[in-house]
Amino acid sequence: MCGIVGILLKTDTLRPSLGQLATPMLQCMGTRGPDSAGLAVFHNPLDEPRRRYSLRAQQPAFDWQRWQNSWPDADLGRLDIQDTHANLISSYPVAQIHELLKLVSADVRLLATGRAIRVFKDEGHPTEISRRCAFPDLEGTHAVGHTRMATESVVSPEHAHPFTAGEDFCLVHNGSLSNPYSVRRKLERRGIVFETDNDTEAGCRFLQWRMREGDSLEEAIHHSFSELDGFFTFLMATADKLVLVRDGFSCKPAVVAETDEYVAVGSEFRSLAHLPGIADANVFEPFPEQIYSWNV
Amino acid sequence: MERVTHLDLANLTIREVNQFLHHELDASQTAQVDIQNPDGKHSIAAGMDVDVTVNILGHAGYFVAGMNKQATVTIHGNVGWSVAENIMSGTVRVTGHASQCTAASGHGGLVVIEGNASSRCGISMKGCDIVVRGDVGHFAGFMAQAGRLVVCGDAGPHLGDSLYEAILYVRGNIASLGADAQQQEMTPDDIQALSELLAASGIEAEPHEFKKVASARRLYHWNATERQEY
Repeated sequence: MCGIVGILLKTDTLRPSLGQLATPMLQCMGTRGPDSAGLAVFHNPLDEPRRRYSLRAQQPAFDWQRWQNSWPDADLGRLDIQDTHANLISSYPVAQIHELLKLVSADVRLLATGRAIRVFKDEGHPTEISRRCAFPDLEGTHAVGHTRMATESVVSPEHAHPFTAGEDFCLVHNGSLSNPYSVRRKLERRGIVFETDNDTEAGCRFLQWRMREGDSLEEAIHHSFSELDGFFTFLMATADKLVLVRDGFSCKPAVVAETDEYVAVGSEFRSLAHLPGIADANVFEPFPEQIYSWNV
Repeated sequence: MERVTHLDLANLTIREVNQFLHHELDASQTAQVDIQNPDGKHSIAAGMDVDVTVNILGHAGYFVAGMNKQATVTIHGNVGWSVAENIMSGTVRVTGHASQCTAASGHGGLVVIEGNASSRCGISMKGCDIVVRGDVGHFAGFMAQAGRLVVCGDAGPHLGDSLYEAILYVRGNIASLGADAQQQEMTPDDIQALSELLAASGIEAEPHEFKKVASARRLYHWNATERQEY
């Protein structure tokens, strides 16, 4: 089944409340996906060359301080810790940080890289993960979240959504792809590295590969209509955009609510029912294969 | 004087509301039930079997007024999947838009959508009537067996795919017809039936402007041994 949610705030006033608006959306969709959950939030982008690196420890009571002490350079960057998750802000070159994380961090996984994105995801009930990761405290411009009911690959923190690829891009998926392995083989021949056997990862890396080749996200999605086989409602975000698309059959649900203050997306309306001004919002169901894109 | 019962889903569970509607509601005492704060919850007023009016004051979720018998249910807002699924009799009215599978498998009664209905509207309907003031999405009337579907706006792709004996009337544009669906002449009987349906649903439209779509009945003689063609 799975649940997807997303919200983009159009004005500055609500941005300190992003987490408070998004958390009940995610928790409400716990009925559609009780086995794992994740949330990506986007902040105002950092100035070059600084990046945010979203990290997750593999063990529950991980000693982040000790891990930080193992860094080869104490001035690597600033580490904000939230339970099993941490956010590293560093001015080091991206490739160098990625290499370093591989060297020192068998116990720490990199979830996302970018100037704006921050990702949390784990195994467990969405309500429990929201509490542990303090989702209500998060601020930002937009967020996408996912509650997972696994149907095609194992339940693990790595298989939870959002999936990320490249910088400042993430995707959550309700549905299932039927040709993820052929997509994957095609991409692996081009040197693209996969981290899981999850179908959504294939979709995410396909879109990011198209963008790397020069497509806009919208053009990449058009390519996906002929390349990705299966059912999907995809909700994606970049540093400045929230993008929604459903496959041609649209067996997987989505509802959009838009006001002057925000645009919100959920698998079901009840995940949006608490939002301010919802009674007067323009509430609609997105059409099949139509790309909906909203800018920050 | 009619007695109105107020139920608030902010304080009651769906099960409590539906148990009241199924077992405690005395139609001789109560003519109307108003349900507040539906907030997109599922299965509200499903399984009604009493001649009362139910008003749901806001957006409802999936399966609202499913299996309805006798009752007149109005949802003052949008509805999720499968509103009035398997409706047997009575009337279900949605003042906003409806998501997928409106009145799926409906046997009888009338379902009115005052906004648009999305995909698979009237899928496998078995005798109910559906009137949509706006548009319908793809695969409307898929495998519909009996009853009438009236679309005052446009119909999406694959209208009436694998249609049996249900009749579809569309006023606007038809994106495409599904397998074995064909446009047919409107007869005086069709005009009469359509006039009655529009009057019953309270939607004003000129019956002569509608097109009729019905089964070509070629799939009835589908030949599995002849290259699986019909």
